Amino acid sequence: MNVFQADDPLLQVHNVTRYYGDRIGCTDVSFDLWPGEVLAIVGESGSGKTTLLNCLSTRLAPTAGAIEYRMRDGSMRNLYQLSEAERRLLMRTDWGFVHQNAADGLRMNVSAGANVGERLMAVGDRHYGKIRETADDWLGRVEIASDRIDDNPRSFSGGMRQRLQIARNLVTHPRLVFMDEPTGGLDVSVQARLLDLLRRLVADLGLSVVIVTHDLAVARLLSHRIMVMRHGRVIEAGLTDQVLDDPREPYTQLLVSSILQV
Amino acid sequence: MPVRLYLNSVGKSFTMHLQGGTVIPVVENVEFSVDAGECVVLGGPSGAGKSSILKMIYGNYRCDQGQILVTVGDEIINVADAEPRQVLRLRDNTIGYVSQFLRTIPRVSAEEVVAEPLVAQGTSEAEGLDTARSLLSRLNVPERLWKLPPATFSGGEQQRVNIARGFIAHYPILLLDEPTASLDAANRAVVVRLVEEKKAKGVAMVGILHDEDVRQEIADRVIDVTSFSADVAA
Repeated sequence: MNVFQADDPLLQVHNVTRYYGDRIGCTDVSFDLWPGEVLAIVGESGSGKTTLLNCLSTRLAPTAGAIEYRMRDGSMRNLYQLSEAERRLLMRTDWGFVHQNAADGLRMNVSAGANVGERLMAVGDRHYGKIRETADDWLGRVEIASDRIDDNPRSFSGGMRQRLQIARNLVTHPRLVFMDEPTGGLDVSVQARLLDLLRRLVADLGLSVVIVTHDLAVARLLSHRIMVMRHGRVIEAGLTDQVLDDPREPYTQLLVSSILQV
Repeated sequence: MPVRLYLNSVGKSFTMHLQGGTVIPVVENVEFSVDAGECVVLGGPSGAGKSSILKMIYGNYRCDQGQILVTVGDEIINVADAEPRQVLRLRDNTIGYVSQFLRTIPRVSAEEVVAEPLVAQGTSEAEGLDTARSLLSRLNVPERLWKLPPATFSGGEQQRVNIARGFIAHYPILLLDEPTASLDAANRAVVVRLVEEKKAKGVAMVGILHDEDVRQEIADRVIDVTSFSADVAA
């Protein structure tokens, strides 16, 4: 993976804090993310990992702090100073967001092909034949058979819906993808297939990913770096295998030792 | 021969917070260097800290004290305080790790598992797979298994897949964590040959080898890890 040669970070996060009233969502989070890097945010429910993800992806304005993103022209822009139109374009083209519940990221009343094609139309593609061809190609890449292209995702299993959501996100060749528990709620065998697929796509496309998961095995398989959150703070961060094999903080040691061995 | 790896006053302990904060000292003042083309074997009873030293060099365990200096071209990088992405880059191109235990990935075939580190260094996939197959064949992994994911292989077969994966790419520094444990004599001999080939290419190696015969054949120097014992001082 020679993607690490790049010297400029794609995303720079400075002291991001989000309060809900007096309650802390997340506080004082800072990190850099480089092109091609996969960062896992782990921690139990209520630790602030989803709040942080929503702040990063401009779905939830932080109370304090700044998030800068390197645009395709190389300039570094503060996300919360972009115009609404610029921000929407970014979310539609340069970014992806994979939700835990596929129905939140898909349009359930239109066909699988249209779900994928819609993102292409959003970036200006108008040729129906080409859009359908690209959609078909992407369905293949996420292992959905061609003959399901006109079917509605309501008729898909949970694993298929999740794969369709991934195709919909990746079709515009985003540079940064946010994922919120992408394997949550799936059967173990379905999870394994999805994880393998994600691992390959992320490596092939050189994607940068911020993935929220409570599953340390998912973090180990997919991520280069890990941040452990508790009570809204990052309590430990570093190379994924180092944090998991040589955890330093009491809470991280508890998390690691709580995994069931198969 | 030039020095490839230098450990300077390296120390490590574990603090077990779930056991009331018990501190387990592992090693202290570890000091040695390894030249290109040299194989240094770490000796001492189990629990002396041999594996911990290897894992610190690989960046898998944190290094609490001292420096772990690695030569990369004209540069010297200290693994002990390197950024995660620097460590990952070192693992792609500079430091390899051969262990006994394969971490299997669902749905990835044995030959792909083996080829991966070579492909990551820029070799084409076709050439990577070719090299992978010839290594699997040298290590007597039956051909009918090459296209299957190793999750269901026997322990010995998984171990040999992992050895092939560890030896396939070119790393100036190679760490050997008991690569011959529980191998039969024929496969032990293959590993000895692989180590000799690496030596001839100027690879600096640090190994843990319990097998006395293998050790005799490949070790240029044995370092007794008990001399770095942290218990003595504690």
